[in-house]
Parts: sequence; C-alpha cells; structure tokens
Amino acid sequence: MSFKTTFINGEQGLFKPDSLTPMQKITLRFVVVGLVFYAFAAIEGMIMRLYEVQPLPFVGEDQFFAILTAHPLVGIFGSTYALVCGAFLFLVPFLMKKPLWSIKLANLTWIFIAVGTLLFWSAGFLSHYAPLYTLYWPLPADFTQFSAVGGAFFILGIALVMVGSALFLINVFKTITYTPEGWDKQPAGALLGSALGLSGIANFFRRKKKEHLVPLPVAAIARGSVDMALNTVVILFTGVLILVFMVAAILGFDLRESAIDALLYKNWFWWGLDLIADGLVLIFVAGTWYLLATMISGKDLYMQNVARAALFVELIVSWTVWSHHLLSDQAQPAILKVISGEMVTAFELITQGLAFFITLVTLWSARPLKMTNELKFLLGGLLGFALAVPAGIMQADVGLNRILHNTQWIVGPHVHVAILVGLTMTLYSAVYILFPILTNGAKLYSQKLADIHFWCHLLGGIGMGAFMGMAGLQGMLRRALYVNGEFNTYMILAALSGSLILIAFFAFFFNIVMSVGLKGVIGIFLPAKLKTKDLVPAS
Amino acid sequence: MAAHASISTTHLNEARQMVDSNVVLFGQTLAYTLYCLVMMMLVGWFGIRVTRQGKSNVIKPALFYAWVAFLTVLGVSLHIITYNTIPWSPMDLHRGNYTPDRTFRISVENHEFNLPARPMVINCNETVLFDVTSNDLTYGFGLFRSDWSMLFQMQVVPGHRNDILWHFSKSGVYSIRSTEYSGPRGVRMIEQDAVEVVGCETSDE
Repeated sequence: MSFKTTFINGEQGLFKPDSLTPMQKITLRFVVVGLVFYAFAAIEGMIMRLYEVQPLPFVGEDQFFAILTAHPLVGIFGSTYALVCGAFLFLVPFLMKKPLWSIKLANLTWIFIAVGTLLFWSAGFLSHYAPLYTLYWPLPADFTQFSAVGGAFFILGIALVMVGSALFLINVFKTITYTPEGWDKQPAGALLGSALGLSGIANFFRRKKKEHLVPLPVAAIARGSVDMALNTVVILFTGVLILVFMVAAILGFDLRESAIDALLYKNWFWWGLDLIADGLVLIFVAGTWYLLATMISGKDLYMQNVARAALFVELIVSWTVWSHHLLSDQAQPAILKVISGEMVTAFELITQGLAFFITLVTLWSARPLKMTNELKFLLGGLLGFALAVPAGIMQADVGLNRILHNTQWIVGPHVHVAILVGLTMTLYSAVYILFPILTNGAKLYSQKLADIHFWCHLLGGIGMGAFMGMAGLQGMLRRALYVNGEFNTYMILAALSGSLILIAFFAFFFNIVMSVGLKGVIGIFLPAKLKTKDLVPAS
Repeated sequence: MAAHASISTTHLNEARQMVDSNVVLFGQTLAYTLYCLVMMMLVGWFGIRVTRQGKSNVIKPALFYAWVAFLTVLGVSLHIITYNTIPWSPMDLHRGNYTPDRTFRISVENHEFNLPARPMVINCNETVLFDVTSNDLTYGFGLFRSDWSMLFQMQVVPGHRNDILWHFSKSGVYSIRSTEYSGPRGVRMIEQDAVEVVGCETSDE
C-alpha cells in the first residue's frame, strides 16, 4: 500500500469505524481528545524549556507565565483526565460484565472536558491570566496584575472540566451498582461496599472469608473516584469563591481580599489538590498496574487481599497527607508538619512500593513473557514511580524542605518524572493493550516507531527530570526566570531531553494516525451505526 | 527568663556545629543518584530476565512482608535521621524556645522588600530571626549565595507571622529573593547583597 493510501485508510485498511460499537467510539474519542491536549502540553512544555535557556523573542514574560499556568492544567485535565476517564468508562463495564449505565453521560463527559480545557487554555492565552495552578490567595483575585474578565473565563473552563468529572463519577458508581434491564436484582449496597473496600476490611476479621463482588481493578477505580469526587468539590468551591471576587470586580466592587485567610485557604486548596496528586494518581495507577499485570501475564494477582487493603490505606493516606506542601509555611502548626507532612507522607513510599512489588511478582510468575509494547511501557511506568516517589518523600522532610522547597528539584525529579514517566507510560501501556480491542483488530503501522516512542520518552522523561533536579540542588527556583544564563548548562540539557519527549510523542501520534487512517479518525467522531450497549461487536 | 536562657544556650551549642546546606545537599545528591542507578539497573535486569526461560519461583509471602517492613523503616527513619543530623530541623520546629541574638523585621508589599538596613550585618555565630510580614500577596523569602545556591527559604503568607531562625557560622554576602511566585511582577524581587556575615574564619563560597 502506498503512503497516501495508508494515511487515508489506515494500515492495510483494517480499521473500519462503521464496525465500532458506541462504547468503542466513545472510548476512542476520549483517547483522541487526550492525545490532542497532550500535544498542547508537550509543545508548551518545550516552549518553556527553551525559554529557560534563552527568553524567546515572540513570547513575552506575561505570556510565559500564562503558559506556565495552563501547561499543568491542560496536561492533567485535558489529557490525563480524558485518557483515564475514557479507559475506565470502558474497563468498569468490561470487568463488571455488564453495560455502562449511560452512554449519553459518557459522551457528555468528554465534551465537557474538551470544551472546558479549550476554554481555560484560550482564556489564559488571550488574557495572560497567570496565577498558576496553586492559586495562592489572594493572587487569583489580584486584578492589578490580571484581567478579571479573562480570569472569569479561565475559572469557568475549569468548572466545566469539573462538571465533566462529576458526570464520569456518577457513571462509574451507577455502573457498579445498577441492575441492567432484564437482569436479576443486583445487590447495590453490597457492590458499593465491595468497591469501596469495606467488605475487604471486614474480611480481615472474618474466619470465613467472603468472596469479593467487585474485581480488584474496579475497587481501585472506585476508591480513586472517591478522591476525584472530593477534589471536584474542592476545586468547584474554590472556583466559585474566586468567581465571586471576579464578578464583583467586573461590576466595579472591590471586595476585601483579606476576608479570606490565606493560610486556611492554602490548607483547603492543597487538601483538595493532593487528592489528585497523592490520592487519585497513586490509587488509579496502582489499580491500572494490577490490571495490566494480570492481562499481560494471564495470572492472578500476587497477594490480592493485601493489595485491596493497601488501596484502602492509600485512601486514608490521601486524605491526611496534604501538609507536606506547607512545610515552609511558618504559621502552619508544627504538629501538622510532622504528622501529616512527614509521617503520613512516608506511607506513600509503603503503598506505592507495595504496588510495585506486587506487579513485578505477578509478571514474574508468568515468565517467559514476550517484550510487547504494553509490557515495556508498564516497566517504564513502574520505574518512573520508583524514581519519583522517593524524590518527593525526601522533600517532605522539615530539614530538607528548608533548602529544597520551590526549587526545580520538586518539579523535575518528582512531578515530571512521576507524571511523564510513571503515569504517562502506564497510560501508554493501557493504550497499546486496548488498541486491538477498541479497534476490532486494527494493526499497528510500525513497530519501529513504537520502539522510538518508548526509548525517546523514557530517556527524555528521566533526563529532563534529572537535569532539572540537578539545577534545583544548586538552588534554581521553579516559577522563576534566570535571564543571565545562570543555570544554562542544566537547562540546555533539560531542553534536549524535552525534545526527545516531543519526538516520542510525534512518533506515537504518527503511528496511531497511520494505523487507523485519516478516515478512521474522522469516523470515530461520527455517530455509531451499531445500536448496541455491548462493549465490542457480538461477532 | 533564666530557664529560657539555659534552653537557648543548649540549643545554640548544637547550632554552632551547624552543617552547611551545601553539605546536606551533596549527601542527598549522592544517595539519590545511587538509588536511581540501582533502580534503573533492577528494572532493566527484570525486563531482560522476565523474557527468558526459567523457573518462575514462587515468591514467599515472608519476602513480601519483609519488603513492607523495610519500606516502613526507611520512610520513618529518614525523618529521624534528618531531625538528628540537620541542625536547623529541631531549631525550626522549636524556634519559640530560642532567644535570637538579632532580629530583622522585614515587610513586603507591592512586590518589594522593605529592609531595616542595607546591608543587614550579622556577626559570626549569631543566631538571627528574620520576621517577615506581607501586606498583600503570598511571597517567599530566601537567602542565596553569590552563585544563586540556596542557604534557606520560607513562605511569606499575608495575615500570618512568618519567622525563621538561622545560625550563621561562615562569613559571606547573601542576596534575598522571593522564592514564591506572586505574579509576573514578582519575578524580579531580588535584593542583591542584602545580608552580610562578618568575622568568621571560614567563608561561605
């Protein structure tokens, strides 16, 4: 087949969008949205990497900080949320062996996420609204630096993403507990108890162990979803609070910013944000590792019961861990710094280390395994968290935080290695393993491109994190500009590593487009011809 | 007052042995780099071995629980070790028990530091309290060496007391920089050579 034919029809013309079920189409829509916003975040990240070496003539400082504000939000909400929601809306009914509760709600979910992300990104791009994702009070309401109108649209965009998240959560919990038409009545309460891990905890104290009604990955999804729900409430509430100040400013009223206690607000906001960073991500990731390990190995998960209990512990940890972000806040009570900031945070080393061990042993039990794309990306994801979690634990220490807080250390070896290497490679593993299931057997265009994707992403992600970390150890601050080239050696090396990540993404994107073809990509967004609630075609 | 002073003297004796932040960071760099190399080799080794023929030995639960115990000890011991080896850790958590030799009250407003003197001169082996107040936004307060490596930092939250105690045992000149983002206008909140420590035998370079 010629290049042009493959580009239009996909590899060997195997991908037929008309053969897809509505569920397959919805999941693929989430994937496309997630990848498009990943491209936004990757290109913006590269612009910032170059800017840290040498300010770019076509990007002003205000624009730089607007990019710095939008970049993590586009990456987390536009890309990761889309990929995670899409995968889980497919996997929950797949694992529960029943249809999704509402296909309409699933469609609305990706639309809200996509529109919301586009709205807050555009508002940031046009108005340079740049209080960063941390939104430390009263910065988001500082209208001497930012436009109230631009800010209002920015916050509205975030709110739309949160509405999309809420619809996802309703769909997940309803799918776990509802009784499909024509089925025997499902024990909704017992299913919910099993999903949240209550029955698992009770099992520890029972002589006769009860069987779990919900598979382990679904339990992980349900428990991560609890954090997602709380996080949605916190972000929505905060958004409304900021909007009140914005609307007042637009109408010509100046509300006293000091009406909000900055430290209390910071505690509240970090409590909510950490439900994503330390709760949702770690719980969802652990669940995804378990699922991938069992799918790749074909074996039962090693130490299943302990893994379930650990997920419950992680839930408690994620609710009480936020104070490590306030170790440099001197008004924060010392008891919170030590108990929540240091000790509870250390539990993340345990829960994540435990998930790491269980996943590796499960894979080991099935050797020899073929080094497939899903296996190598899973190993990359495991390595990413193995490197990133201890980097965070080290900073979550009263002594070390004093000389590391807000340096490039935290954002390099911890945040970027966790998200780019740990989380993203885990998600890529899921994409590679689900690709034939979601496309009814479409063939990957090029294995060489998949290999380039893997190595460039792994080396680029670790390299970028490492060089940023080295600069951080030398005192380079994050969210700052060094216009005299003070840390240029590290920044040039970080930019080179960043370019590897970009190459990896383009290799992957090109590979996927060539696999399904341009017609296929368009076909994903057209209404499904098959009218079924089944996940995959019956044939 | 006498009791307070005796606590203060005890702690100051500890503080006089203050290790440099660069020494702590060197130790951290060494430990973390070694850890990363070992972890990368471990996953690489696993990736090769898992694709090869061989016995899939059953991993006994005892090994699993030993791993969990190891992680628990590691997680908790990190903080115990740093508390007992990094002198500013206990000083920071119990700074109310110390009597500083010198106090500097600094306010921040409209993206500017208002310093009580310029430079703020500190004698060798003085324990100094920096008491920083913000009248508008959340800022940061950090002291940096001439090569921009960090001596220490803290957050400056409006409406709250932000104070940090530091013992200076090396001569040097330090710049102040806001270590927290306070909007694009905050990027250039730098007070060059604002603090000078004099009279020590060794200098902080």
